[in-house]
Amino acid sequence: MMNRTQVFEVSYNSRLASALRVIHIEPVLFLGILLLTVAGLGILYSASDSSIVMVKAQLIRLGLAFLVMLVVAQIPQSQLYLWSPWFFALGIVLLVLVLTAGDVGKGAQRWLDLYVVKFQPSEMMKLITPMMLAWYLSERPLPPTAKSLLISALLVVVPTVLIAAQPDLGTSILVAAAGFFVVFLAGLRWRVLLGIILAGLAFIPVLWRMMHDYQKQRVLTLLNPESDPLGSGYHIIQSKIAIGSGGLYGKGWLNGTQSQLDFIPERHTDFIFAVFAEEFGMMGAIVLLALYVFIILRGLYIATNAQDSFGRLLAGSLSLTFFFYLFVNVGMVSGILPVVGVPLPLVSYGGTSMVTLMAGFGMLMSISSNRRLLSR
Amino acid sequence: MPWRRISLLVVFLIAVVALLGRALDMQILHSEFFQRQGNARQLRVVSIPAYRGQIVDRNGEPFAVSTPVNSIWLNPGEVISDMHRIPELAKILSIDAKALYKKITAQQTREFMYLKRQASPELASKVMALEIPGLALQDEYRRYYPAGEVAAHVIGFADVDDNGQEGIELAFNDWLKGEPGKKRVIRDRLGRVFDDVEHIRPVEPGKPVVLSLDRRLQYLTYRTLKAAVIKHNAIAGSAVVLDVKSGEVLAMVNQPSFNVNDRSQMSPESARNRAVTDVFEPGSTMKPLTMAAALDSGIWTPTTKVNTSPGYMKVQGNMIRDHRNYGELDLGGVIEKSSNVGISKIVLAVDADVQWGMYQNLGLGADTGSGFPGEAIGRLSVSALNNDFERATMAFGYGVSVTPMQLARAYGALAADGIIRPVSFLHNEQVVEGERVMRVETARAVRKMMQSVVSEEGTGIRAQVANYSVAGKTGTVHKFISGGYAEERYLSIFAGMVPAGSPELVMVVMIDEPRNGEHFGGEVAAPVFSQVMAGAMRLLDVAPDLISEKQLIMKPNMKSKLVAKKGENV
Repeated sequence: MMNRTQVFEVSYNSRLASALRVIHIEPVLFLGILLLTVAGLGILYSASDSSIVMVKAQLIRLGLAFLVMLVVAQIPQSQLYLWSPWFFALGIVLLVLVLTAGDVGKGAQRWLDLYVVKFQPSEMMKLITPMMLAWYLSERPLPPTAKSLLISALLVVVPTVLIAAQPDLGTSILVAAAGFFVVFLAGLRWRVLLGIILAGLAFIPVLWRMMHDYQKQRVLTLLNPESDPLGSGYHIIQSKIAIGSGGLYGKGWLNGTQSQLDFIPERHTDFIFAVFAEEFGMMGAIVLLALYVFIILRGLYIATNAQDSFGRLLAGSLSLTFFFYLFVNVGMVSGILPVVGVPLPLVSYGGTSMVTLMAGFGMLMSISSNRRLLSR
Repeated sequence: MPWRRISLLVVFLIAVVALLGRALDMQILHSEFFQRQGNARQLRVVSIPAYRGQIVDRNGEPFAVSTPVNSIWLNPGEVISDMHRIPELAKILSIDAKALYKKITAQQTREFMYLKRQASPELASKVMALEIPGLALQDEYRRYYPAGEVAAHVIGFADVDDNGQEGIELAFNDWLKGEPGKKRVIRDRLGRVFDDVEHIRPVEPGKPVVLSLDRRLQYLTYRTLKAAVIKHNAIAGSAVVLDVKSGEVLAMVNQPSFNVNDRSQMSPESARNRAVTDVFEPGSTMKPLTMAAALDSGIWTPTTKVNTSPGYMKVQGNMIRDHRNYGELDLGGVIEKSSNVGISKIVLAVDADVQWGMYQNLGLGADTGSGFPGEAIGRLSVSALNNDFERATMAFGYGVSVTPMQLARAYGALAADGIIRPVSFLHNEQVVEGERVMRVETARAVRKMMQSVVSEEGTGIRAQVANYSVAGKTGTVHKFISGGYAEERYLSIFAGMVPAGSPELVMVVMIDEPRNGEHFGGEVAAPVFSQVMAGAMRLLDVAPDLISEKQLIMKPNMKSKLVAKKGENV
C-alpha cells in the first residue's frame, strides 16, 4: 500500500512539475496560489466597477510578487537560517526608526521614506518574527523550557508592541500570531497555553486602555453594530447584508446589488470577500474557502516533511499565519470580529501584503526543496 | 500521528467549520432577512413628475412652457456623518456654510430635505460631482413664461411645486397639472437612481390650454400702454381688446407689471390684473350705454332735439353742469359734445326700469363669464332707481363702477348690433351664441353717434385710425378719494370699436392718474387706442372701410419727387 506521500508524488509527477521543481517551485502549492490569484482578479474586476485599469495594476503587482516568490525560493534554507537573527535585529532597528523618523500617513506612522521607495518595515516583520523564533527555538531542546519560553515571549512582544504603537493593530496582531504559532508548534504544553490565554484575558483591560479611540469604537461597534448604523456600524451592516443576501448561489458575477450600488465600503480592498459572497453565494464561498484550505494543508504538509526543526517550525507558522489572515478578514467582514484592517490574502487590491505573502510562500518552497535536495 | 498534530488539525478544522457555519447562518438561514434589509436600502418609490400643460395663444405661440430641471435634495441624517464636506457644498451653492450646517442639523431626524430647487443642469452636476453620500437629484419641471411681463397678469404663474397661483395658471390648474406617476427604482449609496424596477402608476401629463389671446396683439398693446403710462407719468393703466363676434379676449395688459420669471421683485401693486380685478367709475364712457336705453325705449330718436341751455340744470336741488353752454343739440350732439345736461334730460324722460334694465343687460354689476380668478363685478345700485339725481349721474357714469373688461363687454354689445356675449379667455372655434339686449337699429344708431366723437369736431379725434372708421367715447373722471371727488386727480378713459360700420374689435383703455399736464381721455387714452387698433387691423387683415380723399391725394413731397424725375427725363 502506498502511503499518503506517495499518492501526492504520483498525482503530479508530470514533466511540467519536474521542470518547476528544478527552479525550486513546489507545483502543488504553486497551483493553489495561481488558482486563488486568478479568482481574485475576477472578483476585483467586479469590485472595482469593472475597472480594467485596476485589474491591470493588480496584475502587475502579482507579477512582481511572483518574481519575489521565485527569488526567495532560490535561497537555501540554511541561508534563511543564518540570516534570521540579523534580519530580526535590523527589523527592530527599522521599527524604532519608523516611530522616531517615519512618515505619517492616514494618522499612523508606518512608512519609512528611503528617498527611492517608501518602505513599511512592519510588513517584513510578519516574516522575520517567525524566522527569528524558529531560529531560536530550533537550537533549544523541544518542548522548550520555561526560560526559552520567556525569551520567545520577549521576541514576540517587542516587535508586536513596536508595531501596535505606530499604530497598526492589524499588522501587530498578525506578527504576534506568526510568532505565537512557532512557539505553539515547538511544543507548547496545553497547560502553558491555557495560562497564556488567561493572562491574555487579564491583559484585556490594560490593552483597552492602550487602544486609540477609533479602535475602541470598532470593538464596541462589533458588539452592537446597530448602535451606530450611520457611523462605524455602517461598514459591518452593509457587508453583512451583502453576504447574507447572496443566498446559496449568489446574485451572479457583476450583479451584486450591494456591491455594484456602492453600498459596501472599501469593497476592492478589505471588504472584497463581501462582494464575492454576494455575487457567488454560499457555494462560491465554500469553493473559495476550499482553495485556501488546500493551500494551507499543502503548507502544513511541507512543514511535516521538513528535514529539520527550523524548516518545520517556519513552514508551519507561515501556513497557519496565512490561515489566520483569512480567518481574521472573513470574520471581520461577516461581523464576528472587529474591523482591524486585514486584507483578504492574495485577493484584496493592494501591493504590500501581496509581496510579503508571496515571499512567505517562497520560503515554504525553499523549505520544500531543501528536503528534496537532502533526500536526493 | 503525534498528538500535537492531531490537536492542531482539530483546531484548524473547528476554525474552518466556524467560517462555514457563519456562511450557513447568514446565507441560508437568514438570507431573506438580509435580502429585505438590502432592498430597504436600495429600493425606493419615487414620484415621476407630470409635465404641466403648455399655455399657448390662439396661433399656438407659447405663453407658458415647462422644461425639465433637477432639484437637489439630501438625506440630512446621512449627510451629517460627512459634515466636514459641508463647506465645499456651501461654496458651490454660494451660500453660508454655517447656515447650511444649522439647517441640516435641524432636520437630521428626517430623511428628506430640499437643498436647491430647480437647479441648472451645470450646478446639479457640479454638486453631484462632490459625491457626498445622501445627496441626490430629483427630476422636476420648471415653468417658464416667454412673454414675461407682457402677459404676466393674464397667464399668472405656478409655484415651484407646479401649482397654479394666479391667472390662467390658477383658473385651469386641474386641467394643466396632470397626475404624477410613481415608480420603484434602485438607487446607489449616494442616492443616485441606478435603474427602474417597475412602474407603479403611469404619469398622466397635463393638457395644454389654448388661449384666445393673440400674442402679437398682446405685445403691441403692452408696448403702447406702457409707453403712454410712462409718457403721462401715470400710476397705472389697463387695456382690453375683445373680439366682437366671439367675446374672446385678444389682448389684456396692465401697468405696472412684473417679471413673472423672477418673482422676487413682485409687489401687490404690480401683480394685480387690474383689467379684471379693479373697478372704476366709467364717467362719460357710460353715455353711449345710457343712449342705447333711451333709443331702445322708443321715446327718443336720433334726430330729436334736446335743449342743454344754459349749460347747467338742477335735479332735486343738486347741480349738473356741462363744460359750457352747448345750446340745442340732437342726440348725436349730446354724445359728441359729451353733454351731462343733455344725457340727464334724456334719461329722466325714460322709465327708471328701462335705464337700469339696459345697464343690467349689458352686464354691469355682474360676472362677465370669463372665469378669471378674482374677477370684480363692480357696483350697479338698485337704490338709484328711486332717485332722479342718482339716475342722472349714473347716466354719465358716476355712482356706478365697472372693470375695464366689463366696459369692453358692454361696448361689445353695441358693436355686435345689440348682442351681448360672455367674455372668454379660451379660444373658441365656433361663433358664440349671445343674447340680444337691444334692437339692431339702436346699436347702429349709437355707433353712428360715437363715430362723431372721433371726428374733427369730437373729443376723441386722436382715436382715429387711418383708413378705418372708428366709433368710441372718451371719458375723463375725477377720482373718488375717501368720501369725495378729487379736483386734480383723473382717470382717462377711451372705449371704442373698429371698423365702425361692422366692428371687429372693441377696445377699452384706462389710464389712472396721468400727471404730466394732459389728462383728458381724448388726450391720454385715445392715442393708445388709435395706435393699437391701427396695428391690429394690419395684423388681423381687416379690410379698410374708409379710404378718405385725404389719403388718396399724394403727399406734396412725393409729388415734387415725381415731377423732378419727369424733369430729368425731359
